[in-house]
Amino acid sequence: MRKRIRTLSKPVKFLSAAAVGGGEEGRGNFGKSFDFLCPDDRFGEKTFERAEGEMARLSLGFALKKGKIPPEDVGCLFTGDLQNQCAATSLGLLSFGIPTVGLYGACSTCTEALICASLWLCESPENSVAAAVTCSHNSAAERQFRTPLEYGAQRAPTAQWTATAAGAFLLGSDGGEGMPEIREIMIGKVVDGCSPDASNMGAAMAPAAADSIVTYLRESGFEPSKFDAIVTGDLGKVGSALAEELCFNEGYDISGNHFDCGCMLYDFSKQDVHAGASGCGCSASVLACHFLPELQKGKYREILFLSTGALMSPTSVMQKQNIAGIAPVIRICGGEK
Amino acid sequence: MFSKEKYKKLVTETAEKSPLFRDCFFAFTVGGGICAAGEGFRLWLLSVGTEEKSAGFCVTLSLILLSALLTGIGVYDRIAKVAGAGTLVPVTGFANAVVPPALDTKSEGLLVGTETKIFSVCGPVILYSTLAGGLYGLILFAVKMLGGTL
Repeated sequence: MRKRIRTLSKPVKFLSAAAVGGGEEGRGNFGKSFDFLCPDDRFGEKTFERAEGEMARLSLGFALKKGKIPPEDVGCLFTGDLQNQCAATSLGLLSFGIPTVGLYGACSTCTEALICASLWLCESPENSVAAAVTCSHNSAAERQFRTPLEYGAQRAPTAQWTATAAGAFLLGSDGGEGMPEIREIMIGKVVDGCSPDASNMGAAMAPAAADSIVTYLRESGFEPSKFDAIVTGDLGKVGSALAEELCFNEGYDISGNHFDCGCMLYDFSKQDVHAGASGCGCSASVLACHFLPELQKGKYREILFLSTGALMSPTSVMQKQNIAGIAPVIRICGGEK
Repeated sequence: MFSKEKYKKLVTETAEKSPLFRDCFFAFTVGGGICAAGEGFRLWLLSVGTEEKSAGFCVTLSLILLSALLTGIGVYDRIAKVAGAGTLVPVTGFANAVVPPALDTKSEGLLVGTETKIFSVCGPVILYSTLAGGLYGLILFAVKMLGGTL
């Protein structure tokens, strides 16, 4: 019985995708695949908060250009970031004048936005276009969630590095020949991460990721090997190991084809990012820079994509409330040749 | 799924531990180095004829100035990343707690930014040193009233 998985009434195509990143991302594994990199992370802005908005603007601009779609043809925009009240995307994307839905799912916002855009397209007339844009900025997030930037503190080995990255996707139920498509969606459940430790978000998100993966596989009846990749958002080294262990305990061995964007974005041998990358921009940029192009090329036929979010606020952490995790799922299939 | 207790245990087993020996070694050497440098500077000041009390003040102020400067040019946090408590415990750590929030909140303007947030990290230090100073004064006052000295 499919209680949580929904098959879209019509497959939703990725019409185009774009990603922008900062200096650290440029030195990472996908440095060459970004549409734009800004080595000083400022994107020509005076503050990091404005820079995050500019990243959102740039990424959507590139996606529109690549898809040859004018902004006025985009019927709805689904966006989210890591700043208070999602100020970065709301203000950064203002100039496009596209009807907008602001979303917050912490680092899971990328998949959340893609799900919302897909559902909106299923209810829209032919040739409608929707956009999904998510971004995060390391310096803005440090200020928002942790300590002032120049404060000399040692980070725990389990801590993750918020990516300075943005990803934009244009989706349509028609057109996009040969482009990858979203066929199924599954909304994530909020799962207790069992710990208030903000320096180990991977551990807080792993139960949610495992819940989504196991539920999806159980309801669909598929084995993990059905997918070329089961992609989690930003569990990092610790969270990935934990999620694999939790899935194994439920009878699913995903260790062979599990990939984590948080473990892929940076080069661990050269970059000191502790347990890996995190942030709304992490899974969005890795999807845009790596998985979509590989699906398009036919290297992957089918992937399960679940961005993972750690749900908390600086106040809830200080008040010692456990961090909760969420992991919405989409099934992406390669474009038919 | 795992029970919460079992999961917490699994997390502890999986999570990479901080390298305790390395951290302690760098904290000891860097922290000790800062203090030794301060003491060396004090001895030099004394040797050129500075009063004992002024020499002490000079050392403290110089260390604060130097660490504030290093924080401002973005070097201090890189040293602290390795040294940990070694750069936190000496007076340099205090300077490093004041400058970053001041720099960070510059973008929100002087009054609602820098001036409001400057002590957001070192607030407890200022609070307790003020309290301790007051308490010490009271004790001193009481002792003197009773005819004693400290």
